[in-house]
Amino acid sequence: MQWMLNNKFKMKNHFSLPNSGHNFDAKGSKLGMWLFLFTELLLFGGLFLTYLVYRNLYHEAFLQSSFHLNKWAGFTNTIVLLTSSMTVAMSIVALKKGAKNKAIWLLALTIIAAGIFMVIKYFEWSVKFEHGLFPGMDHYMSMEPGEKIYFFLYFFMTGLHGLHVIIGAVFIAVVIKKIANSKVNKDRVSLHENAGLYWHLVDLVWIYLFPLFYLIR
Amino acid sequence: MSTATFNNQEFSEQENSLNYLNAQKGVFSWLFTLDHKRIALLYLYSIISFFLVGASLGILMRLELLNPGRDLIGPQTYNEVFTLHGVIMIFLFIIPSIPAVFGNFMLPLMLGTDDVAFPKLNLLSWYLYILGAFFALGTLVFGNGPADTGWTFYAPYSVKTGTNVSMAVMAAFILGFSSILTGLNFIVTIHRLRTPGMSFNKMPLFAWGLYATSWIQVLATPVIGITLLMIFAERVLGVGLFDPSMGGDPILYQHLFWIYSHPAVYIMALPAMGIVSEIIPTFSQRTIFGYKAIAYSSMAIAIIGYFVWGHHMFTSGMSGPAAIIFSILTFLVAIPTAIKVFNWVATLYKGSINIQPPLLFALAFIFNFMIGGLTGLMNGALAADIHVHDTYFVVGHFHYVMFGGTGFAFFGAMHYWFPKIYGKNFNRKIANISFWIFFIGFQVLYFPMLVVGIMGMPRRYYDYLPEFHIPNVISTVGSWILASGLLLMIGNLVYAYFRGSKAVSNPWHGITLEWQTSSPPPVHNFNKMPELNKKGPYHFSNAMDA
Repeated sequence: MQWMLNNKFKMKNHFSLPNSGHNFDAKGSKLGMWLFLFTELLLFGGLFLTYLVYRNLYHEAFLQSSFHLNKWAGFTNTIVLLTSSMTVAMSIVALKKGAKNKAIWLLALTIIAAGIFMVIKYFEWSVKFEHGLFPGMDHYMSMEPGEKIYFFLYFFMTGLHGLHVIIGAVFIAVVIKKIANSKVNKDRVSLHENAGLYWHLVDLVWIYLFPLFYLIR
Repeated sequence: MSTATFNNQEFSEQENSLNYLNAQKGVFSWLFTLDHKRIALLYLYSIISFFLVGASLGILMRLELLNPGRDLIGPQTYNEVFTLHGVIMIFLFIIPSIPAVFGNFMLPLMLGTDDVAFPKLNLLSWYLYILGAFFALGTLVFGNGPADTGWTFYAPYSVKTGTNVSMAVMAAFILGFSSILTGLNFIVTIHRLRTPGMSFNKMPLFAWGLYATSWIQVLATPVIGITLLMIFAERVLGVGLFDPSMGGDPILYQHLFWIYSHPAVYIMALPAMGIVSEIIPTFSQRTIFGYKAIAYSSMAIAIIGYFVWGHHMFTSGMSGPAAIIFSILTFLVAIPTAIKVFNWVATLYKGSINIQPPLLFALAFIFNFMIGGLTGLMNGALAADIHVHDTYFVVGHFHYVMFGGTGFAFFGAMHYWFPKIYGKNFNRKIANISFWIFFIGFQVLYFPMLVVGIMGMPRRYYDYLPEFHIPNVISTVGSWILASGLLLMIGNLVYAYFRGSKAVSNPWHGITLEWQTSSPPPVHNFNKMPELNKKGPYHFSNAMDA
């Protein structure tokens, strides 16, 4: 691997610019994260737009379908996610104050909350599967067009959100590892903050999904 | 101590002969490189390859259309060919072309820094690009043939057709991600890595063009991502989200599709305008006229361009007021575009014009873009659009802006920066000849399309009525002229790469920062601090004195 050695040799010896792209840049990485969050918002934005159009078109069917959902499960999950957002925020403050172990513990609590969320989601989905409400199942195929679209959107949007919960949890796990071996520390907290930002987005999307599917009439 | 000194000396000797091309060797030094210049070249070679595939498909279609009736390929194959041509040219060529190749290579150099803000993300976006390309071309091999829907994947046909639409939309989804990451990287680079003293208003105009483009990439692309994902889910799960027979709304699909895909044409056009804004001051050795007007009009195009998507749907069912609003907004986009054209022409006025291949491409851009832009206004006018909708007029218009505009700017940039990228000179005489063949071929190929479109020939058919025969013959002959110009041009550059004489660091007497470093640039771009022109990026007064 001669080129790798060459690479190391050069890293030390070349003239380096003050505005080098290889410098650690906390502001830059946070700006990048915010831009990424914009793309996530627009990704879900397309779905919210679709939801809006079909809710107008099939108002009654959407209302009837929403009674199939378990409000209390949704409510519990909302509380779980809000709590997890709090633990992430507390963890960042803890790390900035230098309390490394506390930061790790709070992040671990966040991952546990993500797990609880996914387990509740799993039971919710299982009930729907038993009732044959998943697209392609017998009962689904016999429903009204509006109901079909409602359940398609329900599975698509909560499914995509669930995927984000998993990605967020993995992201946080990576941060835990990096805090443990001090690659993320109180002077270099931007990755931790980015994970927090991402987690808040996951939370925020759910804050909209919950009333849209479970609550509004 | 003495060893340290010795090492330093050895290093400075090495530094003079080493550049980013020869500093490291081997396939892996390319595949795992984090150097923005090498990633740009990876993009260049892959993009040119796919461009040649797409161009061959285009020539194949022109051959089929040489005579009315079925000659070479039947209706089904023809539908698949124009779809694949569109998918390749849009998603694999034009959208990444200028940003991913010249943006990647030149943006850090022009800003006076040594890399983009996130080098690893940059490499990842190339891999995503290749993965997307694999999916797009994979439709040829897997499933029941490539998609036959047109590159727009209009529902409900895209949900019902038996061809491999699923794989094609996944290709567009993945390529969208690649495009988002490039845009994100450029925005952060521009915000964070400008050389000390370079304010936004002292940035080169190519950087401004990329900045506006990047915002569109970041803010528009996710919408098509999710839309295509919905098409994918519809096909896999057999539901009818956009299928009217199952309660869905196909017009909603069109809205969602064009919310991205209209801004996407500005992803294609704005970097090209940036290239023209670089080439024209250099070859007239004159300060650009209306720097701020050009810079801000890029942003204006990006912003207004966001709200004009409805003009693709005037004939698909839209309320009168909505159509009028979309039409007015469409006309508004013409204003910042015209501002740019006037400023470029004003820059040439009383300049010391040096006619070289890059300038020819830039002037051809203005010429073609004028025709493309004005025919675009005809499409944007409500009454005229009804007449020309879905005819060859639209095909002609689109190719004038995309190929005649962005394509010409791409090849102009190729000639402009070739000496910088490879450190070699190309044969300017052959470049000029190939330009003229290319330019004439282009006009002969696409102008008849505008005519035959007005006459009423619909697009996307393998066949046509006999009265459209003559313009179609002219157009097909044009495709042969264009192809020979293209091959001569690429051949000339490839020859220069292997046999060209050594280029000086600043062959065109440009004054943006990339010309201050050697050709080809060293691995870390600058061996000393680049000197910022305090009066702005195009102030040639110092150069004139010398």
